[in-house]
Amino acid sequence: MEKHLSDRFYGAMSKLEPRYPNKKALILPALHQAQKEYGWLPKEVLAEVAEYIGVHEAQIREVASFYTMYNLKPVGKTHLKLCTNVACCLRGADDLMEYAEKKLGVKCGETTPDGLFTLSEEECLGACTTAPVMMANDEYVENLDIRALNELIEKVKHER
Amino acid sequence: MSAETQTLFVQHFWNDSNRTLDYYVKRMNGYESAKKVIATMTPDQVIEEVKKANIRGRGGAGFPMGMKWGFIPKNSEKPKYLVCNADESEPGTCKDRQIIRYTPHLLIEGLIIGSYAIGCHHSYVYIRGEYVREAELLNAAIEEAYKNGYLGKNVFGSGFDLDITVHRGAGAYICGEETGLLNSLEGKRGEPRVKPPFPAVSGAFSCPTAVNNVESIANVPHIIRLGGEEFAKLGKIDKSGGTRLISLSGHVNKPGVYEALAGSMTVRQIIEDFGGGVWKGKRLKAVIPGGSSSPVLTADEIDVVYDVEPLMKIGTMMGSAAVMVIDEDTDMVKLLLRITKFYAHESCGQCTPCREGCHWMESILHKILHGEAKPSDIDLLVDVAGNIGGKTLCALGDAAAMPVQSFVKKFRSEFEAYVKGQKSHA
Repeated sequence: MEKHLSDRFYGAMSKLEPRYPNKKALILPALHQAQKEYGWLPKEVLAEVAEYIGVHEAQIREVASFYTMYNLKPVGKTHLKLCTNVACCLRGADDLMEYAEKKLGVKCGETTPDGLFTLSEEECLGACTTAPVMMANDEYVENLDIRALNELIEKVKHER
Repeated sequence: MSAETQTLFVQHFWNDSNRTLDYYVKRMNGYESAKKVIATMTPDQVIEEVKKANIRGRGGAGFPMGMKWGFIPKNSEKPKYLVCNADESEPGTCKDRQIIRYTPHLLIEGLIIGSYAIGCHHSYVYIRGEYVREAELLNAAIEEAYKNGYLGKNVFGSGFDLDITVHRGAGAYICGEETGLLNSLEGKRGEPRVKPPFPAVSGAFSCPTAVNNVESIANVPHIIRLGGEEFAKLGKIDKSGGTRLISLSGHVNKPGVYEALAGSMTVRQIIEDFGGGVWKGKRLKAVIPGGSSSPVLTADEIDVVYDVEPLMKIGTMMGSAAVMVIDEDTDMVKLLLRITKFYAHESCGQCTPCREGCHWMESILHKILHGEAKPSDIDLLVDVAGNIGGKTLCALGDAAAMPVQSFVKKFRSEFEAYVKGQKSHA
């Protein structure tokens, strides 16, 4: 089988292996690591993770599809994940989502044609006292308002 | 500092440099409790001290922590595990994140003491996947602890061995449920297990396991430092020792994570003294007192003491101590739809009442909001909720049913206005 994952992936995994009583417990860490390298989890990457863990590919897909953070479809360079749960909703998250959809010209859940942005709705991000909140890739952006959202989008556009 | 204003955590929640081992050792008596425990106490004595402290679990269920540790079998041939639940995801809750960001060593020291008490040599911290930076900070602190001989082989030169591994979740509310969490730790879908067996008998990797919330574990060094009885006395109400971290969000002037002696404040005082009152000079309509699953309170009900039993007496719950404040302009039908949509999205799908019921409730609420419902649909909604609560393997079913039942009961006229066509969704 052609290898898609790098030595870095296998190195990180062999460091983690002794920390668990069995290899199956490495499924979540392996999927995180694979996604970090690949951006998303195409079929061939899932297959390689399955081979590494020593389980059927279906088992990996079963797990990966349960968790929202594993991207089973490609995502844009910057993944904007807006929380629209209660605390954020009470402080204007719906307006932010509407603004983001207009500004990016996509609906929630879609990726811009240039591949720069994916816009998603997120369930509670656990930062409710600084609502509204979003994640831009791995970073939290707290006390978000339309101005800050606009600036962040413009910044990504200029950095392309 | 007088006993009346004593806090154990929040005074450290402000500066990034407070998270270092240096700060922890110099300013917070860092690792002295763990050293004392390992050098001078037996595991049973530690558990006794935690029992005396009257500390209730801080994750939501409020189960007495000492009792939980006491359930772990003493003579087990299998390894035993202490698993820390850092999957903070009940909407409204964000206190554990502060502990990890500013006082990660408090959590590590708590894990050392807890592991010693139950006989664990490898502890896992299951942290929600979105807390990427927090996981990094915690790992950095763990590394500091290893370097100083506080973790690894022969902790403090005592002969006791302990490793800690941070395990990241990947976006699933249900993994905050302890058996869902354990399945996820084992590399499975985070579906809750059938109980019994309880984790104390068969938990992580089929071994005896205690699962405790971050704030619960981070309180353990304080319990040892103050002594169980003194810690218990911090609480101003029976059966609740220590302080409570309160995540205050929504329509208040000063949202934030605050700390109060357990049972020392009413909901009104929390909103006014901590939150600076309802924002924009508006009037209060409602309060969700313990995370989005807890039954809602009206503005007339907020003189209740904020603790487990007083809240239970008036039909709601303290949960994870997440207070969400709702002003007079809020549309309760719309808000309930948002809450219900969350539970429908997060239902793991194992139990039919929850999997199907949550979607039905969402769909009925959608119809009500968009003027497509009949008056009888309000009762249908409550009926569906009644057929979920108590009929599922885990508490997610109840969590989804309770907001529906309480919103309709207390704000029925708002639902009726929609079905009678007096109000329509803009």
